[in-house]
Amino acid sequence: MWTFYLFQNLFVPPPGARKLRRLISKFSLYSKLPVFAIAALLTGCSSSEITLDDLEKAAAKIEVDESATASDGESEAVLEILDVEKPNLKFGFIKLTDCAPLVIAKEKGFFSDEGLNVEIEAQSNWKVLLDRVIDGQLDGAHMLAGQPIGATIGFGTQAHIITAYSLDYNGNGITVSNEIWSQMQENDPELKSPTPKHPISADSLKPIVDSYKQEGKDFNMGMVFPVSTHNYEIRYWLAAAGIHPGMYSEENIQGTIDADVLLSVTPPPQMPATLEAGTILGYCVGEPWNQQAVVKGIGVPVTTNYDIWKNNPEKVFGVTKQWNDTNPNTHIAVVKALIRAGKWLDETDADGNLVNRQEAAKLLSNKDYVGADEDVIDNSMTGTFVFQESDVRPMPDFNVFFKHNASYPHYSDCIWFLTQMRRWGQITEEKPASWYAEKAKDIYQPAIYRKAADMLISEGKASPNDFPAPDYDGYREVTTDFIDGNKYDAKDPIGYINSFDIGNKESETLAKQ
Amino acid sequence: MNWRGNALKFCNVAGLPLLEPFVRLAAGEDVKEQLKSISKFILLPVATIAVFLFLWNAAAKTVVTDSMKLPSPGETWAAGKELFAMHTAQRAADREQKKEKVTEAVMFLAKANKMTALAESADGERKEKLLANALVLKKKAVQAANYKPTSAPTFVDQIITSLKTVFIGFVIATMIAVPIGVLCGMSPWCNAALTPFIQVFKPVSPLAWLPLAFLVIVWAYSGAKPGETLFEKAFLISAVTVSLCSLWPTLVNTTLGVASVDKDYMNVARVLKLSWSQQLFKIILPASLPLMFAGLRISLGVGWMVLIAADMLAQNPGLGKFVWDEFQNGSSQTYARIAFSVIIIGVIGLLLDRIMIFLRNLVSFGNPQAA
Repeated sequence: MWTFYLFQNLFVPPPGARKLRRLISKFSLYSKLPVFAIAALLTGCSSSEITLDDLEKAAAKIEVDESATASDGESEAVLEILDVEKPNLKFGFIKLTDCAPLVIAKEKGFFSDEGLNVEIEAQSNWKVLLDRVIDGQLDGAHMLAGQPIGATIGFGTQAHIITAYSLDYNGNGITVSNEIWSQMQENDPELKSPTPKHPISADSLKPIVDSYKQEGKDFNMGMVFPVSTHNYEIRYWLAAAGIHPGMYSEENIQGTIDADVLLSVTPPPQMPATLEAGTILGYCVGEPWNQQAVVKGIGVPVTTNYDIWKNNPEKVFGVTKQWNDTNPNTHIAVVKALIRAGKWLDETDADGNLVNRQEAAKLLSNKDYVGADEDVIDNSMTGTFVFQESDVRPMPDFNVFFKHNASYPHYSDCIWFLTQMRRWGQITEEKPASWYAEKAKDIYQPAIYRKAADMLISEGKASPNDFPAPDYDGYREVTTDFIDGNKYDAKDPIGYINSFDIGNKESETLAKQ
Repeated sequence: MNWRGNALKFCNVAGLPLLEPFVRLAAGEDVKEQLKSISKFILLPVATIAVFLFLWNAAAKTVVTDSMKLPSPGETWAAGKELFAMHTAQRAADREQKKEKVTEAVMFLAKANKMTALAESADGERKEKLLANALVLKKKAVQAANYKPTSAPTFVDQIITSLKTVFIGFVIATMIAVPIGVLCGMSPWCNAALTPFIQVFKPVSPLAWLPLAFLVIVWAYSGAKPGETLFEKAFLISAVTVSLCSLWPTLVNTTLGVASVDKDYMNVARVLKLSWSQQLFKIILPASLPLMFAGLRISLGVGWMVLIAADMLAQNPGLGKFVWDEFQNGSSQTYARIAFSVIIIGVIGLLLDRIMIFLRNLVSFGNPQAA
């Protein structure tokens, strides 16, 4: 309405308009009134598009306080300003707390600082999200780390998808129903304590699975997607205790060959309800759906993926290679905003407490984002994890968004997924060690991340210590931080695949190729 | 007493027979008779609604599982009010944002001008960089000035999207079903040829059509860039699914309407030696309109019903997506919001139905039917 009123003013300037203009020159640009007036001056343009000429005219009519606008023009002049090809973007996400960097980048204005106008839209499931990124309905999305990898090597839908930003580490848990939990306690009396010793392995679950097999009943558990971290984690956890989670083959894409436990895909938000209905007896899923089970009293989280593999990659920001080639600067701008969001999420005070997580939980609880209740989301976000009412543990690293270089796209993270895909038969043929390194270079794009990081450093929005050293080769240190203590060296993928009891075995000659 | 006749006629054509007793009361007809009608058509439904609300309230106290709870009418109403409040708040925020962006645009321009000024006194690489930055800033200024809000669609936006989708789907369905229906009605051969298709495709659920619609739309758009097309893919997929499910009642009814045109009319047409097109437009179509509209009314009802499922799957940001997203949220508000949207969906369905009745009565040549 006000625009209309002023719109009239433009054409028939009443005496008031002159007075208004005199007033404007008295105020600096930051006061409310000129804003009003600029907007009004622009509504004079009949077309819906405001052109540069219109702006020039509007700017000419307003006395801009030079010192306020370009005071540091001297120092800013040498900074590179990204020429963003596509300012209006639409990203997809799934309602999980680890979409936080996207939500924060939007809500905290990091995207708009880069001149990006981003809409983020919840998707109904991982497959729909991937398909919509591939056919261009979405510019990019919050993806499972395995999705760009699976798509690029052609497991499921084939498309070349790349990632230059890792959204987070950890953040998942494995939950079993109350009944299974009490049976596990029967098998292992130590679990009966109010605060049992962690990590809890699947050893006490094995007799239960065996007795189900004996009676010819299926032991069903849920995970969220065939190439999801959750699938590889729950398989790792089960196989570490000698429970066979089933193999994939060319024909069997459900991954149920020789399975003791039948793993099936259930969308994350439906996990608690499906568990309550008895369709599945346990599941592996991201937050808030493990805490939801505790809050509603329908299940018990037995372990988190932090215990299965400390600081394991979880979600990435994925785009198609084609999109990246068309919009290289836009991609860098997006990564810049995400890095700032990640930093914001992991900000701590002097005592090392996470300071922004409560606010993040509040933002995420908005119905258009994660939408679960704030007090469900904030448990894990603020660094506590409720295993049972009697067993509440501080887990400051349950969600890592930025520290430990969590946001850097490490080649070794990509290779771990490839080894697991081969281990369980999703990759149907043997591949030489060199293939793993090549694929990692195809999919993970640290160069884009570096470029964004360098720009942030020169703008003073980040410090060089936030990022890996310039000579870092993209391979994280060899680690044994797994629930079974197995050693993972990304430079020897063949040796790693062969180190497991359950899973495919490769011929040793491949390691040298 | 002419106004009375007109008013009664209006009540009839508009499909609002419940206003009739009031008109008759005003015209001074038998009061007892009218009160009987009023109590039958107005007081009784009000009473049953009250009973329903009471039962619902009672049910809300008992239907409680560990993770879910049936919302009471009060909670549902509150959730609905909140949804509309969110909408107004969002709109205000968007307007605020737009204003800020315009200011930002002018800031960018001022910066760009400053850089151009600096470039005049600089030289070499610095000059190039300054000029390049000034250009980018000018581009940014135009972008900021033409900012379009990117907040998530509100409940009201989703209702509007749903209505648009159904309308487009319904138009597509009508454009397919009416010509084919006329053809089948006029030619028994054609009818026999198409009957198997009609019989086989009619009972298919929207969920089965959707992947096929998806495939066709994605294929049709394979060359186009997103954002440059008239409609979003998801919107079209939803709309096409709606039309595939809702064209059958129109088709069948049109066929029936055209086939059952009074023989006397056709004989008159022959006597007058009317041409084929004259026969079609002067006699056959007008005579079959009432049945055609009866079909259209069923089609629209079916379309609105399947839309929710289509939206859910196609990710079209309408009411179906609202229901699905809320279901995924699993928050304490979820079920109240879904209950409210169910009522809204029902009320909109009722209104659409009434509009169709009104249209049908307009073309039924003095034989309006109330429902």
